[in-house]
Amino acid sequence: MSETLVSIWTDANTQWVLIGTLLLGLASGLIGSFALLKKQSLIGDAMAHAALPGICIAFLIHGAKSMSWFIIGAALSGLLATFFIEKIIKLSRIKEDTSIGLVLSVFFGFGIVLLTYINHQSKGNQSGIDDFIFGQAASLVGADVKLISAVAVLLIIITVLLFKELKLLTFDPQFAQGIGLPTGLLNGLLMTLIVGVVVIGLQAVGVILMSAMLITPAIAARYWTERLDHMVIIAGAIGAFSGVFGTLLSTTTKGMPTGPLIIVAATIIFLISMVFAPKRGLLVKAIHQSRLRKQVAREQVLQTLYDFTEQEYVQYKVGNGFHEQQIMKKRPISISMLQKVLSSLEKEELVRRTGDALWCLTEKGLTEAYHITLRNRLMEVYLMNEMTYAHFNIRQDQSMDLLQLPEKVLTELKQLLKQYGREPLVLPEKMNAGKRSYHRYASIGGK
Amino acid sequence: MNSVTVENVTVAYHRKPVLQEVSFSVPEGKLIGIIGPNGAGKSTLIKAILGLVPRASGNVYIYGKPYKQQRKLVGYVPQRGSVDWDFPTNALDVVLMGRYGHIGWFKRPSKKDVEFAMSCLEKVGMKEYANRQISQLSGGQQQRVFLARALAQDATVYFMDEPFVGVDAATEKAIISLLNELKAQGKTVLVVHHDLQTVKEYFDWVLLLNMRKIAIGPTEETFTLENLQKTYGGRLTFLNQQHAIVNQQ
Repeated sequence: MSETLVSIWTDANTQWVLIGTLLLGLASGLIGSFALLKKQSLIGDAMAHAALPGICIAFLIHGAKSMSWFIIGAALSGLLATFFIEKIIKLSRIKEDTSIGLVLSVFFGFGIVLLTYINHQSKGNQSGIDDFIFGQAASLVGADVKLISAVAVLLIIITVLLFKELKLLTFDPQFAQGIGLPTGLLNGLLMTLIVGVVVIGLQAVGVILMSAMLITPAIAARYWTERLDHMVIIAGAIGAFSGVFGTLLSTTTKGMPTGPLIIVAATIIFLISMVFAPKRGLLVKAIHQSRLRKQVAREQVLQTLYDFTEQEYVQYKVGNGFHEQQIMKKRPISISMLQKVLSSLEKEELVRRTGDALWCLTEKGLTEAYHITLRNRLMEVYLMNEMTYAHFNIRQDQSMDLLQLPEKVLTELKQLLKQYGREPLVLPEKMNAGKRSYHRYASIGGK
Repeated sequence: MNSVTVENVTVAYHRKPVLQEVSFSVPEGKLIGIIGPNGAGKSTLIKAILGLVPRASGNVYIYGKPYKQQRKLVGYVPQRGSVDWDFPTNALDVVLMGRYGHIGWFKRPSKKDVEFAMSCLEKVGMKEYANRQISQLSGGQQQRVFLARALAQDATVYFMDEPFVGVDAATEKAIISLLNELKAQGKTVLVVHHDLQTVKEYFDWVLLLNMRKIAIGPTEETFTLENLQKTYGGRLTFLNQQHAIVNQQ
């Protein structure tokens, strides 16, 4: 193993192969990002599969292996396939996905027939044409790799130069056309870029997995950023890394095809991205969701206790606290969640246990619950009179804290609250100007 | 001088006519509401003017010259639903797209372009959201970003496709004051509009459309019950409401 590793770094051909797959991965990531965002992932797949008969026919005509003939054959049959896909959509009621599936399988099937025919011929297995199914980077020779690298560099340069135009075309083609960009031409160019990268990747990655090479780095990159330029760079880097990784592993392990290894590497990066990405990742989303659920439950329980307290307060009664069942009846919440919330509120000294499954608010809890209730009831009033207060843009932000409104508006809203009879009646100690104080309606009497 | 002249425009999808021989002229510095029932071809008219759908016949002139020569004078606000808002980009970047027509091929937006885009965001009250990812914006804010992008085009004639659909009250107010500001600068704005209740309040001209042009002119003269009946055909229940609207105002 160590010997082979040494030979990799010293062997000129292997070095070229590594450079080739690196550039190929880079170009795939770059162009794949646009294909993904333009929702043309399937087109890449169709192109790759449809290239097989073209490669076989090129081999039959030329009679030997030749990279440039293969590229021409693959490109021609790929383009022919896109032509059929579009014609089928236009002339029948068949939709795009069905049309792609149809053309893809017919072309691929025909390609397999030709491939079998070639393998049964005299030159048979030496043709190396099998490599196109799963890809075999090690079978590339110097001249091929140089051709692949040159095309990859050209594709990368075009994409970088036209980044701004391709971005607008992908985001809003109508607007692009409106400002006078030749959208037809640019669409054609993007399609050509996709064909280009598919065709040069066929021998290293293989027809079956080439579309994954295009899409996987892009979709993994999407998890890490909210900017297209960053996404394109990250996708390029993931593509390049996967390309090099797959090539290294397949050249050191005998008989291991390159394509699947490249895709395995890219897929592992994708899975890591999907779970652990800082903003869009599943893990972060799950944490946010559970935190939000807890917070909502906490506010609802506090508000419910406040509502009950208020009812008692106006009726000049003091009960024995409020039962868990009573809370659950008013706000649908599971018993386990309710108990979790109550015990955490107890730790915060916001509620107090007054008996078996009986609870009431503490003085501190009342203050907290008062503010939550006030906020919610202000929101009710605000929504009823939204047009009047529209200019405050309250609903524009995720954090709609009405208590942060300017003093004057707040007073106005509180006035409305009074009119509608919705003002919270039990006041916290500090705000209680000589009225009956909360602490469980202190000395209840004094009617 | 007429800012927009439309001559004999016909549009058909698969032989089914959508617009038939529509001709009209609009003077400079007006706010024009394009009104008509669903499927009347309101959006199609705008798209046909901008060359986004092929015209079966007809010509469009902006300030007396064919549209293609006057592209830089024209700004466009497409329907909000026409793009994927999960696209990886922020508000400022979308507004900068309005500058692309001026920047030219291969070049990147300059500092001046960025400053100009920022000032456009400020005009729609969205300066603080410049770096916000566009999927994180509310519907109204997204609409304002589209509006800012049209402002960034620095145009003289604006076409807006349903800018008031699905926006909050604050945005509606912001859009209206912006439209009036544009008008005060002598610019012409054509707006596809749905809500008959607000027509009289918002627009000083109306174009009533239902496949054909029904009427065009100043709102007081054109937005009449008779014309509305012609535009909306037999939709009677609806018409009774319109009756009330027209009388009440």
